[in-house]
Amino acid sequence: MSKLILNVSPHISGKRTTQKIMLDVIIALMPAAVASVIIFGWRSLLVIGVCVCTCAASEFLFEKLCKRENTVYDLSAVVTGILLAFNLPVSIPIWQAVFGSITAIIVVKQLFGGIGQNFANPAITARIIMMTAFSGSMTAWTSPQTSDAVSSATPLAAASKNITDSMPSYTDLLLGNHSGCIGETCALALIAGGIYLIIKRVISWQTPAAFIATVAVMSLICGRDVIYQLLSGGLLLGAVFMATDYATTPPTPFGKAVFGIGCGIVTILIRFWGNLPEGVSFSILLMNILTPYISKITRSKPLTGGAEA
Amino acid sequence: MNTLHNFSKGIIKENPVLVLVLGTCPTLATSTSVINALGMGAAATLVLICSNIVISALRKVIPDKVRIPCYIVLIAGLVTSVQMLVKAYTPALNDALGIYLPLIVVNCIILGRAEMFASKNKVIDSAADGFGMGIGFTLALFLMASIREVFGNGTFCGIEIPVLNDNHVSILTMAPGGFFVFGLLIACVNKFGKHKPKSNNSGCESCPQAELCSKKGGSTLVKGANTDD
Repeated sequence: MSKLILNVSPHISGKRTTQKIMLDVIIALMPAAVASVIIFGWRSLLVIGVCVCTCAASEFLFEKLCKRENTVYDLSAVVTGILLAFNLPVSIPIWQAVFGSITAIIVVKQLFGGIGQNFANPAITARIIMMTAFSGSMTAWTSPQTSDAVSSATPLAAASKNITDSMPSYTDLLLGNHSGCIGETCALALIAGGIYLIIKRVISWQTPAAFIATVAVMSLICGRDVIYQLLSGGLLLGAVFMATDYATTPPTPFGKAVFGIGCGIVTILIRFWGNLPEGVSFSILLMNILTPYISKITRSKPLTGGAEA
Repeated sequence: MNTLHNFSKGIIKENPVLVLVLGTCPTLATSTSVINALGMGAAATLVLICSNIVISALRKVIPDKVRIPCYIVLIAGLVTSVQMLVKAYTPALNDALGIYLPLIVVNCIILGRAEMFASKNKVIDSAADGFGMGIGFTLALFLMASIREVFGNGTFCGIEIPVLNDNHVSILTMAPGGFFVFGLLIACVNKFGKHKPKSNNSGCESCPQAELCSKKGGSTLVKGANTDD
């Protein structure tokens, strides 16, 4: 025994790295990606590819330019690229997808200090910026390729305007056979990805469960079709993949539940009483901004102390 | 030499918008098109030079305790004259600038220069300072407006640019786009400018999570123990 080693906790370090976590997220996103190609055709693969390449390239170049540690290999930029692509309609012009990806990585993520420092989810924020910037092409929904890519209303838009004949059946909603963004339509694939992430303990169940349950309960109270509200729009994609981002959500289980409930309430408010048919992305961004306060209120008290109240 | 320095410092080194971060409201509001930005810059520069001269000339007469109301009255008089001129000769510009033209009265740059410079310096130096600051304000506005108009609207001074006109990013002409461009320009000036802001990254106090952090938690424990007693 040459010397006594004294250091602070944690003393046991796991084998889990950011790269492995991100790899799991990518695996969980794959079913939805495959489904999107089946539903919307090969162009969805092109959009995903463009977003992923642009995100990775802008992360690499910005970090080179600022002489920062290079974090391309932790795959977080790839995940951001896939998530952003999932939030775009399949007919989006390629240059707009490139613009969105650059915004996501450089403006939302890198300018705030890179991975773990960003206050809002890059993919969600970039989507909202694109919604404002290109409102025309961001809402040009095409139906699945079976009907020769005619533009049509999304299920939520149809529901909010009471166009009952263009509302798809539950089976179509579950399989994703309706118009919408690339990655949000196939509920089955998203649920499968979510279960994989929860089993692998990449995400905790509290946020998606609270989010989805709040939407369900509030739809029930408001007398809307609960299953329809749950399976349509970006709810599942947002609840499973976007509202569970580590950097932008509270760390404690209770905080996560509060975050999910908040997201659910804002989503329902926008869906039922707002101007827009869908509010998932806005609700997540809003709760991202509130996250520091939620973390502060819901932090766990030290075992021996906490008598200050 | 000193007068020249008073003139030139406002253009880049102490640029009122990008370094001193004054006059943000008119900057964001009127930089949606290049013509508006130049009009706003010219009007503000004129007021700035005149107010600096007048305030500098009266600096020994104005009582120290009521100097701000005196400055405001003087500036308001000058702005009213400028607005009358603009209304008479360029009514289109008056319509485009709208409320922001009379609001030059409360523009921080003008009051700031009156307080920081004109009330302590001679007339010629103050005029040079006002002119330099005005040029700096106009240049910053022109830069922001160019970026916002070219990419947000696909035009420059109202002339259509072939490719960009079809593929414009309309968010840049809206309020959020204004904040984006403003933030990015300040970031660039801080990054490449000679005067870097002091880094505050020393110790735990600057960390946003400081209150949740274990080190601070330790002090909470001590506090908790005390209140228990």
